[in-house]
Amino acid sequence: MEEKTNTVSLENQEYVINMGPQHPSTHGVLRLVCSLKGEIVQNVQPHIGYIHRGIEKMCESLTYQQIIHLTDRMDYLSAHINNEAVCLTVEKALEADVPERVKYIRTILSELTRIQSHQLFWATFGMDLGGLTCFFYGLRDREMVLDIFEETCGGRMIVSYNTPGGLMNDIHPNFQKRVKDFIKYFRGVIHEYDDLLTGNVIFRERSMGIGVVTKEQAVAWGMTGPTGRASGFSCDIRKHYPYSAYDKVTFNEVLHTEGDVYHRYMVRMEEMRESMNIIEQLIDNIPEGPYTVKMKPVIKLPEGEYFQSVETARGELGVYIVSDGNKNPFRVKFRSPNFVNLAPLNMMSKGYKIADLVAIGGSLDLIIPDIDR
Amino acid sequence: MNKVPYDFSSLTAWIDSSLRATMSPGWAVAVEMIMIGVAILLLYAVVGLFLVYAERKVCALMQNRLGPNRVGPGGIFQTVADLVKLLFVELVPIKNADRILFNLAPYIVIVASFMAIGALPFAKGLHAIDLNIGVFYLMAVSSMGVVGVLLAGWSSNNKYSLIGAMRSGAQIVSYELSVGLSLVTIVILAGTMQLSEIVEAQRWGWFIFKGHLPAVIAFVIYIVASTAETNRGPFDLAEAESELTAGYHTEYSGIKFAFFFLAEYINMFIVAAIATTVFFGGWMPLHVQGWDGFNKIMDYIPPFVWFFGKTGAGIFLMMWFKWTFPRLRIDQLLTLEWKYFLPINIFNVLLMALMVLLGWHF
Amino acid sequence: MENTQLTAAIAALVPDAEVKHGRQFVEVTVKSEKILAVMETLKETKDTSFDLLVSLTGMDWGTDLGVVYHLRSTVFNHMIVVKIMIPDRENPSADSLCQVYPGAEFHEREVYDLLGIRFNGHPDLRRLFLDSSWGYPLRKDYKDDVNIVSK
Repeated sequence: MEEKTNTVSLENQEYVINMGPQHPSTHGVLRLVCSLKGEIVQNVQPHIGYIHRGIEKMCESLTYQQIIHLTDRMDYLSAHINNEAVCLTVEKALEADVPERVKYIRTILSELTRIQSHQLFWATFGMDLGGLTCFFYGLRDREMVLDIFEETCGGRMIVSYNTPGGLMNDIHPNFQKRVKDFIKYFRGVIHEYDDLLTGNVIFRERSMGIGVVTKEQAVAWGMTGPTGRASGFSCDIRKHYPYSAYDKVTFNEVLHTEGDVYHRYMVRMEEMRESMNIIEQLIDNIPEGPYTVKMKPVIKLPEGEYFQSVETARGELGVYIVSDGNKNPFRVKFRSPNFVNLAPLNMMSKGYKIADLVAIGGSLDLIIPDIDR
Repeated sequence: MNKVPYDFSSLTAWIDSSLRATMSPGWAVAVEMIMIGVAILLLYAVVGLFLVYAERKVCALMQNRLGPNRVGPGGIFQTVADLVKLLFVELVPIKNADRILFNLAPYIVIVASFMAIGALPFAKGLHAIDLNIGVFYLMAVSSMGVVGVLLAGWSSNNKYSLIGAMRSGAQIVSYELSVGLSLVTIVILAGTMQLSEIVEAQRWGWFIFKGHLPAVIAFVIYIVASTAETNRGPFDLAEAESELTAGYHTEYSGIKFAFFFLAEYINMFIVAAIATTVFFGGWMPLHVQGWDGFNKIMDYIPPFVWFFGKTGAGIFLMMWFKWTFPRLRIDQLLTLEWKYFLPINIFNVLLMALMVLLGWHF
Repeated sequence: MENTQLTAAIAALVPDAEVKHGRQFVEVTVKSEKILAVMETLKETKDTSFDLLVSLTGMDWGTDLGVVYHLRSTVFNHMIVVKIMIPDRENPSADSLCQVYPGAEFHEREVYDLLGIRFNGHPDLRRLFLDSSWGYPLRKDYKDDVNIVSK
């Protein structure tokens, strides 16, 4: 089979640098082959596939309950939201009505997941730019969320708490109190994040005006999530196609228009606060009731195609299931947000310096296993 | 002049006379040189070890964790353990690297910092050499370090090292201008370049108080510029792990890497020591004119305690910078120097000269 | 727009396509030669303005190969599904949508990598995840004695 060779070409005075799969600041196993002229980036080609595990192929031989466990391992920082996506697709296909209690708990856990994902983003973004202390402060606070997950769901990062029809188990009796304590603590501490990084003049110089994406480019390339919202593209699935308990809460969709690294960062900072607002509206009103709907042990979806999007911490995750009536799906496709957000990296970094490439890559907040699936 | 309780010139004179009594003058000088060399080596090693440990503890303090706390009580032998490990590390020979320059580079960096330590006054009469062009000599020898950096990057035969060395070289050479001009400001205030005279002139008030506004500006510029010169803190893109692995010393392993590593901490020490000598009075205690009792108490504390205390405060400030701020990009760094610091510095020199002529200082 | 309105609008715009109501969305099945023109029409027309390519899925239907496109409009917030069938399993090919939706570049590389469908006019068609010694794993007739346990 004829393969075109690498498109990174060498002209005079250009040289090729490899930010290899093992690199402190590509977040995961991502290889960026950059062609530079001095300090200026001419061309960036991402090479992926180092962690391709064939998840979509594997799903064709698993049952619908087993697929949930694979989704944890795609975008592991939005594990709960990924699980929810598959569960919602299956429940929509079966036209099952999940109890209100389940919807509330799923929403609360999703928002907690979003907060801890953005905390990790803050920690690693600061570290990439050189403010190494940010890593410790961000992770210190994230530990509280992970402890809540561990107590209720049984796992810190790999949760697998959702199941088609509801939840695996009811929430722990301490859950509400711990979440309220966390919100109170975090509201008092989040100003540290702004004091340390947001207002810092060095940080602003490194991030304002870098890697600008216009709204038309964001729509054309399909960039969703905080990356798209920083360019003014209103793409929040929670607002446009509400699911679970999102139609019962009021929150703002954080939009900026400048589309540079700084505003992608600011969108995530503000989203953390919005998530806390959502949790506060729900945490005291969790209705009583069963935590799952009775499902058959062997789930078979009726023949047809089903699509459901959810808003993960990084963008729109779309689950497309094609079923032929058997207990295993015929085809499962995950439209992963990171896969789509990575594609315009070349377009975004042309003409900037190599230090900016690190900042741009960090602001996209990529999780490589989600790209490779 | 009040009698200074701690005067080491009598000690050094005694050593000198006893040596000359027992052997010929040539030999006496040779033995003295060896003694000074050994003393500075010991100082180098001890200060280096202590600073590495202090950095890790200070960094941990700011990052909400403990730092080394297992090797020895409170982790004080951690650096020794690291040094012993580095001695055992395999020295990976580099293919196609320029062997002589590759091995020479760390030594040049060390030699530059040695020569600078030799001129610093630790207490009255306690310095290796008291040149009448002390400040000028210090600026000259600290510039030698850049040669070592460039040699290291070039001879490693590695794209990343070369980029790191070029960046680092440009950075050091640019910021030397600012450092030099800040020191020139103080020389104008003091009227002499000799370090012992500068310290003596601060008996009744440190220069940062005496030369109020221009001295404060000079100090601020000095501390930022020298952080940049030592490749530390927010100016450490030459060694930015997130971007180019380790910059100019990527290819060095084992004891040669230890040299670069130590040299960086000793440079930080030297820079802080120069700052204390010219701005904060060196080993001179804090005296207030007219408060005799207070001055007597201040005099009771030994001068090298003063010296190391002030230097320690300066070093803590530099460590604080590193662990708080993100990194500057190379073009922002050079913009800062050439477009901001240099004009401010030149203006400051003129301001100080005006002040001295009009006598508007304390 | 509601699904019924959409069905009518699309049937008017693209006369020779098969437009039907799926379980969720309107499904438009088009001949694979016409896909580029259809996509341009769907994007440019003011009433539909499908400017966001949500997902591009390569399918192996067992006998034919195919590609399924999920399109959404950011103006009206409606979604449709466009499908093409590619009966040729030896040298499957379709037109690339990179001119209309730049974001399709990586999606099409993935489909080429995992199913073998070539996209004509793609700026840089290379395998994305796997190297050239792999076949096309997502096909239903993919055999791998080492890595796959067949029942």
